[in-house]
Amino acid sequence: MDKKAVFNFLKRYLSYIIIAAVALFYTVMSLTGSAKTADLYLLEKIAIAIILAVSLGMVVGFLGELSLGHAGFMCVGAYLGGKVSVILEPVLGNSFPTLLISIIVGGLVAALAGVVIGLPALRLRGDYLAIVTLAFGEIARSLFMNAPEALFGGTTGLKSPRFDKNSLFIVAFAFVLITIAVTQNLLHSKHGRAVTSIRDNEIAARAMGIDVTKYKLLVFMISSFFAGVAGVLFSYSNSRIQSASFDYNYSIEILVMVVLGGIGSINGSIVAATLITFLNVKLQTMLTGDLAVLQNLFYALILIVIVIYKNAPALKTFREKYNFKNFMALFRKKYPIKIRRFSDYGRRKNNQHL
Amino acid sequence: MADEKIINTSEPVLRAEHLSIQFGGLRAVDDVNLTINHGELYGLIGPNGAGKTTFFNLITGVYKPTSGRFYLCGEELTGKSVIDINKKGIARTFQNIRLFGNLTVAENVMVGLSNQINCSMAESILRLPRHKKTEKEFKERAMEMLKVFKLDPYADYLAQNLPYGKQRRLEIARALATNPKLLLLDEPAAGMNPNETQELMDDILFIRDHFDMTILLIEHDMRLVGGICENLTVLNFGTELAQGKTSDVLNDPNVIKAYIGE
Amino acid sequence: MKFLIALINGLSAGGTYAIIALGYTMVYGIAKMLNFAHGDVIMAGGYMMFVTLTLLGHPLWAVAAAVVFCVVLGIVIERFAYRPLRGASPLAVLITAIGVSSLLQSLAQILFGSATKMPVKLQISGAFKIGSFDIAYSTLITLAVTVVVMAVLTLFVNYSKTGRAMIAVSEDRDAALLMGINTNAIITITFAIGSALAAIAGYLMLCKAPSLSTTLGAMPGIKAFTAAVIGGIGSIPGAMVGGILLGVIESLSYSVPALAPYTDAVEFAILIIVLLVKPSGILGKMRREKV
Repeated sequence: MDKKAVFNFLKRYLSYIIIAAVALFYTVMSLTGSAKTADLYLLEKIAIAIILAVSLGMVVGFLGELSLGHAGFMCVGAYLGGKVSVILEPVLGNSFPTLLISIIVGGLVAALAGVVIGLPALRLRGDYLAIVTLAFGEIARSLFMNAPEALFGGTTGLKSPRFDKNSLFIVAFAFVLITIAVTQNLLHSKHGRAVTSIRDNEIAARAMGIDVTKYKLLVFMISSFFAGVAGVLFSYSNSRIQSASFDYNYSIEILVMVVLGGIGSINGSIVAATLITFLNVKLQTMLTGDLAVLQNLFYALILIVIVIYKNAPALKTFREKYNFKNFMALFRKKYPIKIRRFSDYGRRKNNQHL
Repeated sequence: MADEKIINTSEPVLRAEHLSIQFGGLRAVDDVNLTINHGELYGLIGPNGAGKTTFFNLITGVYKPTSGRFYLCGEELTGKSVIDINKKGIARTFQNIRLFGNLTVAENVMVGLSNQINCSMAESILRLPRHKKTEKEFKERAMEMLKVFKLDPYADYLAQNLPYGKQRRLEIARALATNPKLLLLDEPAAGMNPNETQELMDDILFIRDHFDMTILLIEHDMRLVGGICENLTVLNFGTELAQGKTSDVLNDPNVIKAYIGE
Repeated sequence: MKFLIALINGLSAGGTYAIIALGYTMVYGIAKMLNFAHGDVIMAGGYMMFVTLTLLGHPLWAVAAAVVFCVVLGIVIERFAYRPLRGASPLAVLITAIGVSSLLQSLAQILFGSATKMPVKLQISGAFKIGSFDIAYSTLITLAVTVVVMAVLTLFVNYSKTGRAMIAVSEDRDAALLMGINTNAIITITFAIGSALAAIAGYLMLCKAPSLSTTLGAMPGIKAFTAAVIGGIGSIPGAMVGGILLGVIESLSYSVPALAPYTDAVEFAILIIVLLVKPSGILGKMRREKV
């Protein structure tokens, strides 16, 4: 019982602790001037990826719906937030308030887009949301690209102000913590239960007086909001907003993070987002030209293999036999001494049965 | 004994007037009139395809009636949505159990309590004190409800892992958690053996007395219907075949004909 | 006159959409899933045509090879990616379909590179002149093929034994199984037909503009699905109506200079309006989950 409580505590709060610790460590590093720019850039990218994966995970894991336009909402946020920062720069300078206001504006506009898209699609079967969001992502891109150049810079894109490279990642990590907190707090509340009840059985949820459309729309809106936030951070990190960055493949990449981390698991999304981003940035220099497509091939395989493994009705017994938990249990059984050798050596002598 | 229960409210809990619905050329429910008074245990019976579940779907808002009206405690609910009708006080169970399988037993009941305990989304996200207070209340009230149904030892089980009979009970508990004025049970004894059915009959009587509830139930099991319902309506091909006191209705030659044939 | 040309071009583009949409709608109706990889089957057929053309030289062989290849591909995808998930949640199936779509695209890119291929031999140039304006032969061919495909498919589904089994499976899979229909076989046949149609659609696209890339089928695929939804998903006449309607709208929107850059947006806006006003589409019937 006690063990379980500890486990639950870790499950919920370990992510905050680790993320805060990493952020703190690098803050100290960057203050003392010993952090490498490349590392900070990687951190920014990881933070953005976590925000994206956790927020998409809300829709896929807890709402049970599929959005293929997460990069589209990001795009909306990036352009409009970026525009705000360009407008604010002469007034407030290239400062933290400018950054914060543009992030919030970007998020809100993306959330609004989420409502507009979600309203017709969420009332229907899941597949519709997938196709409508996919279409939305492509349209958003082309609209920004075709808009007058004075407004959003056409194909060359919009130049966003450069925030201090040594502290952008701190802001990004702050938003990572906010994203995780909002998602978890929402989930562990009566509203979270309502959302999961809709996923489990929509008809019964309605019959229990759960306002299905309202909840679906709210979750979708919050998810879009964070996509918009990530978009603004992305634009700051790249210092230029181009519609080409937010294509369909980016949405798929975020989906891969969610699936790889385990649909419905916030911590899983965090780990997978970190892992994939790390690989992406490291592989970028190695896989160039046509080789870059190997990455997409890999993602595609991840999606197919993991989803079939986890969902195929025929593999149920197989899954119950060969899963991560059992693997770990096997490991413990096989090498019990190895695991306990450090702390318990003395005690083990007295308690042979351990 | 149950027959002599004194009805103390002037307005009937449910009043349906000329309720009809047509699917294409088929009149699935045709001009049904029904009055259920407070505290009553009312049975809706009839052969397969007689329109019983369709009638439930009409008064829970799943279908909109083509004509006719219905009132809950004097308030007209015709044409309202499923969600609103539940909020107004009609709760139901389903013929094929519809639990939230991946939620725990306690959480299932808590979902039913959702509209009873208020805590805004902002309060939950920001973890304001109100959230903590209401969560505690959710837990306590859910456990209370589970205790009534002797499900409290299974509070942390996933609903899908409960045995069948307990799932049925959980569904009733969940419906009662929405604090209804009228409880609709759609074939609660389906798939149960005689012992379980007997237990269920006791449960239903207990619910009526413990929660001071008005209950309308659809059932095939004549023993159950004859044993606990005070009044009956028999539907056949969507229309009322007979209505009245249970003992009278069950001896009505028309009813016997509809059930057993010539 | 300009309007008339736009209309004819629209009918032709719509014919292609309709043929693709048929593939979506049949699979959706029968296997109850959105076959996200359908557009990429078109692309795979395109590359098959390209390869056969280089080896054998004649477009006819190329089209035949592409049809065969796509049918096999469709069946393989169904067997190995979708069938294991029958009975699993729709979300899982959809994600797998997306994975298959990405897989086909990246495989094509690995095999053929990212440069656009120009199988010019597939192109049908020249035009039919009526007075002062011309209609391209490719447009006429598209129209003819569309009419033939629709006629054959309608006859097949309504009058052949297999076709009626398909209708039965789409109405109620379990009941069809109990009536002795081999539902797995029917689903496989559906995928085969859909994929053959995809190959034909691929040819129709390439005979107009012989430019082949790994994303050949992506956008037309999405649009054709849109068309299927507009027409009423699951309905064969609906796919035809939706496809042609979308093609005409697209062509008309292109012919208006102010709207031209936003044509895609116009089409999807129409999708959203249809979903808001009549979610079941023009010819579809609303299915209610039984309570």
